[in-house]
Amino acid sequence: MTHNVGITAFGAYLPKLRLDRASIAASHAWAMPGLKGQGKGERTMADWDEDSITMAVEAARDCLQDTDRSTITGAQLASTTLPFADRLNVGVVAAGLNLGRNITSMDVSGSQRAGTSGLIAALRGSGDGVMLFMVADTRKAAPASINEFQFGHGAAALTLGVDGVIANFLGSNTVTADFVDHFRGSGQDEDYGWEQRWIRDEGYMKIIPEVVSGLLDSTGVGAGDIDHFVMPCTIGRVPAGVTKALGIKPEAIRDTMAANVGDTGAAHAILMLAHALEDAKPGEKILLVQFGQGADALLFEVTDAITSLPKRPGVSGAIARGRTEKEYMKYLSFQDQVKIDFGMRAEVDNKTALTTEYRKKDMITGFMGGQCSQCGTVQYPRTLYCVNPNCKAHETQEPISFADTPAAVMSYTADWLSYSPSPPYYYGQVQFENGGRVMMGFTDIDPDDIAVGKSLKMVFRIKDFDKQRGYRRYFWKAAPAS
Amino acid sequence: MARGIKDKVAIVGMGCSSFGERWDCGAEELMVEAFEEALADAGIDRSQIEAAWFGTAFEKVHVGVSGLPMATTLRLSGIPITRVENMCATGTEALRGAAYAVASGAVDIAMAMGVEKLKDTGYGGLPAGSKGPFPDLWVPNGSAPGNFAQLATAYSAKHGISSADVKQAMAHVSWKSHQNGAKNEKAHLRKAVTMETIMDAPMIAEPLGLFDCCGVSDGSACAIVTTPEIAKAMGKTDIVTIKALQLCLSDGTEASFNSWDGSHFATTRIASKKAYEEAGIKNPREEISMLEVHDCFSITELVTMEDLYISEEGGAVKDILDGFYDADGGIPCQIDGGLKCFGHPIGASGLRMAYEMYLQLQGKAGERQLKDPRIGLTHNLGGAPHNNVAAVAVIGRLD
Repeated sequence: MTHNVGITAFGAYLPKLRLDRASIAASHAWAMPGLKGQGKGERTMADWDEDSITMAVEAARDCLQDTDRSTITGAQLASTTLPFADRLNVGVVAAGLNLGRNITSMDVSGSQRAGTSGLIAALRGSGDGVMLFMVADTRKAAPASINEFQFGHGAAALTLGVDGVIANFLGSNTVTADFVDHFRGSGQDEDYGWEQRWIRDEGYMKIIPEVVSGLLDSTGVGAGDIDHFVMPCTIGRVPAGVTKALGIKPEAIRDTMAANVGDTGAAHAILMLAHALEDAKPGEKILLVQFGQGADALLFEVTDAITSLPKRPGVSGAIARGRTEKEYMKYLSFQDQVKIDFGMRAEVDNKTALTTEYRKKDMITGFMGGQCSQCGTVQYPRTLYCVNPNCKAHETQEPISFADTPAAVMSYTADWLSYSPSPPYYYGQVQFENGGRVMMGFTDIDPDDIAVGKSLKMVFRIKDFDKQRGYRRYFWKAAPAS
Repeated sequence: MARGIKDKVAIVGMGCSSFGERWDCGAEELMVEAFEEALADAGIDRSQIEAAWFGTAFEKVHVGVSGLPMATTLRLSGIPITRVENMCATGTEALRGAAYAVASGAVDIAMAMGVEKLKDTGYGGLPAGSKGPFPDLWVPNGSAPGNFAQLATAYSAKHGISSADVKQAMAHVSWKSHQNGAKNEKAHLRKAVTMETIMDAPMIAEPLGLFDCCGVSDGSACAIVTTPEIAKAMGKTDIVTIKALQLCLSDGTEASFNSWDGSHFATTRIASKKAYEEAGIKNPREEISMLEVHDCFSITELVTMEDLYISEEGGAVKDILDGFYDADGGIPCQIDGGLKCFGHPIGASGLRMAYEMYLQLQGKAGERQLKDPRIGLTHNLGGAPHNNVAAVAVIGRLD
């Protein structure tokens, strides 16, 4: 067998919050009663402390599981909603994952094809290394737009390499056409789109057959041999029309997860691919297609190795952990599309000392505490003297990760006084199984299911926004383990 | 072996401003109000003060840094003035500085003052702000009630006492302080409230409701100290001396080591043990006449009764509900209304507690005067349960 590059693992992440579309429609009924028909199902919605960076970290953790992270040689993040226009976004992700400094790194953006075009480039350029390729998007939509109903927020991650390939990369094809179905100007928050019928007839129905035919011709694979047709699309009947035109069997069409996830933008093709890999069988062929100022098409063939890939929550697990959110105003506030008066406590200046943040990078972004080499005490933060009152040894603490250590609530409160974009502010003392303990913020809390002793897991989240300067700082929070 | 300062320092003058929302006053007016009372009480001229300690915690929102605001406001000329800050224990810290100066023999007469002008911030509660460049990166942006509320969840879990029973005892703590505060003309909150009002109040940080939280006030308090010998020479009778003055700070054990259970104050336990040793108190439940503790929140007072070794561990709920700490109980606590009702101008609070002890020991507490108190204890606390400064002072009559 040749050393073929391909996908070696997959992972996914969806925010826990699922915005009830009927609630969106109800909020707009005064002006647009016609939106009632859109009010079916749910869409994913990032919590106030989630963005494309935090979701990428979580998707990567789902993908990597117990993988030795020192084997990763590169990391890329594709998104149209990168929090920073000029600061390596994947650099934050890599620090959060403790990938070390000796990796290549790149952000990919610019269109809905950021995910697939980035993936093509990563597959072609990964050499003998292991590339961690992540996609995440948290697009905003204008209130009462169709996009508001159809968009979702989510992330996915793949590792690419030559060892342990679960899906061989057979080839790709790209068509580039400046077809402006929608656009988002630099500095704009929301998309502007053109008429859907034109997008369908002149866009999808012409460009997709062109890009797929080219790929099938070059790889010598027949349309009828495609087992999984993965193509994000929010326009009804387009996947059916495209596959019919190409001769791909209708049962190959993968669910776009429109009913309960929504379209996660530049992340969606890879998210759907991860979904397909959850139940794909060895030998099956997966066609991955993404539309956007032209189109990308990639072809994969599933290998026997997929049967031995360790189980992970993946897309199905991410879908299952949802909690319905009916507060449309909460969504608007999280999206910064309505300004709630949270009072003076929300005015605190969150200027970050970048020097301090860099010195403490592994402790903050990587959640590395210390373990005393003399007494074994695990502690956070890592300090110059051991915290064990019977030890206090000097400079004995070796870095130790807290990110994947099981923990439990030691004490907590629901604070209605402190500022939180999602009151009440839950925080408390967290006891880790390794002996460490940390006073930290909680997230994803169900008010009816929090108690001393409750099991917790650590998740990577936004800690504070510095809206004055456009900065945001990240740290870890405690979330219910299940 | 150190001998401590028992009976080496006498309090010969004290003053305390009215506490409350003093919209008409800045820190300067508050300071002068307490200073004038203390000078008159001591019967000295300001020129006799040889050194001073100035306590304020939120200096950025009123007087600014250093001892200069005290020197210039009170026109104290040519003497050393040290500004101290130890969070909410600042007032006791200021007293400690002045007391140690006298005890050492460095000066004959010293002064301690604490002040806080909080009602120029626009905040209800304490103002929010940076905790420093490193803590800002990871420490929750919690509030004081949020931190102290966690005592209640941990206390319930540890002692197997239902949260409803703990809440009931917490409510009794506040009810009692409102009863007491109503009799104090200098108090911020002077209205008795019903248990129902307390129990049904809006939630601030679960399980602390509005009436589980103390008032945030403007105010100032001042003490003038000297040696008992000089006090006698000044013609003072009914001399009140400091029996013990102890301070203990968290060293990170509670926050980062795993030996603490979250339900009590490790620092208060150490400070009170040391204070009892310094004062020669063997059985605090029998020997102490009255308490002024740091009831920033009702739950703080509840667990502090155990940390001072007055209630048995796990027994504070019963003692409180039995009325042991009420005005007519075994050891009256917060007879002046406490932080809850007298108010809590941060830097002044430790000295305000000493002021009440001083008045009570001299029989000058008016309507709220207790019968023949001999020994009073003040407990002044700053920070959060997992990371704090605890100060315990024992003040009594010179036998």
